[in-house]
Amino acid sequence: MTEKRNVTVTVNGEAHSGEAEPRTLLADFLRDELRLTGTHVGCEHGVCGACTVIVDGFAARSCLMFAVQADGAEINTIEGLAENGKMHRLQKLFSEHRALQCGFCTPGMLMTAIDLVHSHDSLTEEEVRVGMSAALCRCTGYEGIVNAVTEYAQQVHGKDAGNG
Amino acid sequence: MKPAPFEHLAPTSVPEALNMLGEYAPDARVLAGGQSLVPMMNFRLARPAVLVDLNRISDLFYIDDNGDYLAVGAMTREREIENSDLVRAACPLLHEATLNIGHLPIRSRGTIGGSLCNADPAAEYPATILALDATLVAQSVRGEREIPAAEFFDGALTTTLEPDEILTEIRAPKAPSSSGAAFLEVSRRHGDFALAGVAAQITLDGDVVTNVRLAACGVGSGPVRLTGAEDAIRSDGLTDASLAAAEAAAAVQADPDSDVHATSGYSRKLAGVMTKRALQKAAERARAGA
Repeated sequence: MTEKRNVTVTVNGEAHSGEAEPRTLLADFLRDELRLTGTHVGCEHGVCGACTVIVDGFAARSCLMFAVQADGAEINTIEGLAENGKMHRLQKLFSEHRALQCGFCTPGMLMTAIDLVHSHDSLTEEEVRVGMSAALCRCTGYEGIVNAVTEYAQQVHGKDAGNG
Repeated sequence: MKPAPFEHLAPTSVPEALNMLGEYAPDARVLAGGQSLVPMMNFRLARPAVLVDLNRISDLFYIDDNGDYLAVGAMTREREIENSDLVRAACPLLHEATLNIGHLPIRSRGTIGGSLCNADPAAEYPATILALDATLVAQSVRGEREIPAAEFFDGALTTTLEPDEILTEIRAPKAPSSSGAAFLEVSRRHGDFALAGVAAQITLDGDVVTNVRLAACGVGSGPVRLTGAEDAIRSDGLTDASLAAAEAAAAVQADPDSDVHATSGYSRKLAGVMTKRALQKAAERARAGA
C-alpha cells in the first residue's frame, strides 16, 4: 500500500487527477504531478507559510498534508486568484503597496490573507498583523504586506462586503 | 526533506480504525491533524510504518452540549472550537486557549485530540484540560475507558494511552456561573510555542473565591497544575498578598529547562507573572459576568 494511488482533487474549480504515493505531500502533488507550480515549498515543516493553499474553504499548509488525504477535496491555489487575465484586487493591492520583493512568499501570503479576511467580519490593522504572522517574508519587511491586507479587509468588510 | 515511505490506512469508522490499530500497533501511528506529526515525518524524526488516518471518520468531529459538560470529538479541528459559540459561552477557557494555538492555517487542520495525544509540554490544550479537570475517553478493541486529565500525561510527548488505544472524546466541564477564565502566554513571536503560559479558571461567590484551577504550559516536561498558587488563593481569597504568594508559588512549581529562547530563570519568572495576571483577568471576568 506504499505504492502510488490515484488522487482526484478539484483545484480552482477544475477536476484534476494524478498519481501519488502515500508519502507525497499535497504541495509536491500540486507542483510535480499537476504542474501547478504557483504554490511554493519553503520550510516543509509548517512554519514559513509559503505553501499555504485553501482546502475545503480553510487555509492550510500543503506541506503538512499528504496528497492522498486531499482526495475528493476542493482546493484553491494562487493560480485561481486572477480571473480572465485580470489580477485579483488583493494582488493589485500587493503591487500598489510594494508588498513583495522577490515574490517567493507571495502565493502563501495571498492565500493566507484571503482566508483571514473572508473568515472575519472586521479586522483591525493589529489583527491583520497577528493573522499575517502565519506567513514569513524574508525580504520586504511586513509594512507593505500589512498595509495591502488591511486595505483589502476594509474593502471586503465595507460597502462591497462578501464580494471578494 | 520528505517523509520515508509508509502505508496509509484511512478508516471511516472508529471500530474500523481500532481494528487496524490493534493489528499494526506498535508500528502504526495515528494521524490526526498532522500539524506536529507530519513535520516530524518530513524531518524523518518519525518514521511510522503505518499511518492510521482518522480524518475520514466523521463520527469524531463534533461539539455536543451534554448538560454538565461539553463533549468534543477528538478530531474536532481547532478552528471549529475557535468558531463555536457553544464553546465560547460554556467553556471560555477552552475558547481562549484555542486562540493562542499556532496560526489560523495551523488551526484549520490541527485537532484537539491530536494536540493532547502529541503532549507537547509547551502546547496549550494539555494545560487547559488540566485546569478544566476534563475527562478523556479512549477506545480500543478491548473496550472504552475514561481517563482523568490529571492521569493522561506522562512526561514530554508521552501519554498513558496504550499503543492500541485511540482518544475519541474530550469531556470539558462547563464553566460554573459567576466564574471567569483566562489563558495567557508569552512567546517570542505570535504563534510560536509559549515560553510560559497559564490557564486559569476562578469561581466567585461575591468576593469569596469558591474554586480556582490553574495550570501552566511550557515550564516543565508536561503541563503543570499550579497547586501551590491555587492554595494561596483558596485560603486567602484575592488580595494583593495572596496574588503575590500565588505568583511566588507558581514560580517555584514551574520547572522549565533553559533553551535558545529563554533561560530557565526567565521562564520561571514568567510563569509567576502569567499566573498573577491570569488570576486577575479571570477574576475580572467572573465579576463582570456575575
